[in-house]
Amino acid sequence: MTDTNLVTAAAPAEAPSNQWRDVWRQFRSHRGAMLGLIVFAAILGSVILGPFIWSMDATFVDMRARNQGPSGAHPLGTDQLGRDMLARLMAGGKVSIAVGMTAMGLSIFLGTVIGISAGFFRRLDGVLMRLTDLFLALPLLPLLLVMVMLFREPLSKRFGPETGIFLLIVVAIGVTSWMQTARIVRGEVLALKEREFVLAARSIGTSPFKMIVRHILPNVLSPIMVSATLGIASAIITESALSFLGLGFPPDFPTWGRLLFDAVDQIQLYPMRVILPGIAISLTVLSVNYIGDGLRDALDPRIRGR
Amino acid sequence: MLTYTFRRLLIAIPTLLFISLIIFLLLDLAPGDPLAQMPLTVPPEVKQKMREALGLGEPIHIRYALWLKQFFIVEPLHIFDAMFGTNIGGDAQRIISWQTRSPVADIIAQRIPQTLWVVGLAYVVGVAIALPIGIISAYKQYSWFDQIGTFISMIGFSVPTFFTGVVLIIIFAVNLQWFPSIYNTTHKVTDWDSFVFQLRQMAMPVAVLALYNASQISRFMRASMLDNLRQDYVRTARAKGLKERVVVLTHVLRNSMIPVVTVIALGVPTIFGGAIITEQVFKVNGLGQLLITAIHANDLPMVQTLTFIFAILIVLFNLVADILYGILDPRIRYD
Repeated sequence: MTDTNLVTAAAPAEAPSNQWRDVWRQFRSHRGAMLGLIVFAAILGSVILGPFIWSMDATFVDMRARNQGPSGAHPLGTDQLGRDMLARLMAGGKVSIAVGMTAMGLSIFLGTVIGISAGFFRRLDGVLMRLTDLFLALPLLPLLLVMVMLFREPLSKRFGPETGIFLLIVVAIGVTSWMQTARIVRGEVLALKEREFVLAARSIGTSPFKMIVRHILPNVLSPIMVSATLGIASAIITESALSFLGLGFPPDFPTWGRLLFDAVDQIQLYPMRVILPGIAISLTVLSVNYIGDGLRDALDPRIRGR
Repeated sequence: MLTYTFRRLLIAIPTLLFISLIIFLLLDLAPGDPLAQMPLTVPPEVKQKMREALGLGEPIHIRYALWLKQFFIVEPLHIFDAMFGTNIGGDAQRIISWQTRSPVADIIAQRIPQTLWVVGLAYVVGVAIALPIGIISAYKQYSWFDQIGTFISMIGFSVPTFFTGVVLIIIFAVNLQWFPSIYNTTHKVTDWDSFVFQLRQMAMPVAVLALYNASQISRFMRASMLDNLRQDYVRTARAKGLKERVVVLTHVLRNSMIPVVTVIALGVPTIFGGAIITEQVFKVNGLGQLLITAIHANDLPMVQTLTFIFAILIVLFNLVADILYGILDPRIRYD
């Protein structure tokens, strides 16, 4: 009995194959996801590294060079105050993606904590799931707008206009988007709790905290990763929608949504200025969504074998 | 089923009360002062009286109770009066907008038709497009139709509506000049020409929202059809010698519609709330635009009422979706 076990345990050692390599192999076979990954990496790279190569200041006003078309000095032209569009797009992308990532982090953190506590501790389940239902019944976009309206002034007074608004928008998006993650995670945890290895861990006296960190969390990682990717996309869209409605970042602080909003007034004369940030938002969100799609397939063991 | 419906309705009441409390408390923190724009010549005593008339001097729980009374008792009575010409409401204090000093309900009643026309039609069009697309792309999985459909629906929910709207404006209003870029709400349909104009000005906002809605619903339709096409009963139906049309359109489609119908029902509240951005792009003065202007003007009663109406719609249609699910699917019994 023990001998056969040893043999089967030794067999994989010859052909080392771990879970993440399988996931990566499956992910690579998803054409859309790979393309998405390349596009997203390119956008991320140009947003982070771009300002070092194209070192023009995004807020530098040059009234004599306003409303220019593409030229050597300004590859993507200038806006109504003569600010360089390329620099503004890169600066705006940095803020938009930073907001997306941070808000996603917050929402995933909240969703995971609430989902695991609801699934793991039966006493908390009812209360936390009622809370989730309540949040799902809230009209989110109106509430986001109201939150921005109410807390914009006090927060920008306390932390300065940039950090204040950044904090406000990240927190507002984070606390209004954790519900789906919480529900998915709770479902997974409920199923996991019935498995033998949890029983085994409990029978050797593992404390609940250790149990969650060591046994539950690694097993619910894949749905969390998928909703994290999709969360980035929706956070970027929400942020740009807020900016588009005039309730986002202040005007001299470019984000993609804000650039689009500023350019809409002169859409008939300078349509390029609307299209560029719009394409940037759409490409980012599209690529992130495709990555999420590929991740979902790659992390699903039922599909991975095929 | 009836007891279940009844129980759900009873549960909805505390939910709504809780949501109303959240909205009320959130807005109560607002820094704006409705009397800030009063002329300085108004003496302070008068100002104080005006404040009390607006209900601002009272402690918070009394104002909350008053608002609830106005929202749930006074306003419905007034709406009833307006519909049947009675006078039950009398001259009870109504919820007054700080912007226009007229009752909030009247302004909302003026705005609802625009929202319903544009956004509601977009939802209907979206569903009408989504269902056939979902059915065909599931039936011919991985065909070129399915690939294109998947790609378009991916674009549909990745590209934000304010960008699709703006692109449509650039192409069709600025370059081709087929459609007007701004929705004219004062336009009245009297004859054929004005009807055509109405269609033309509705085309772009409806197209934008329909694409967005269709892309989501068609994915659900496709997934649900795929689930059912693999079931044993489909094989049985084919083995019995039924025509392919009957198998797909009667047996599979009926069963696949069950989850899709609930998704459609759940999406209805977004007609009112989620179209805020599209209304802003095309300058349709519907409910969403009303909310935005109220927020910019610090008009708290208006914001409170609108947000709460959106919340009521969400709770209501959640209930409708659950009940529909129970009616359509005999396997699901709540009792």
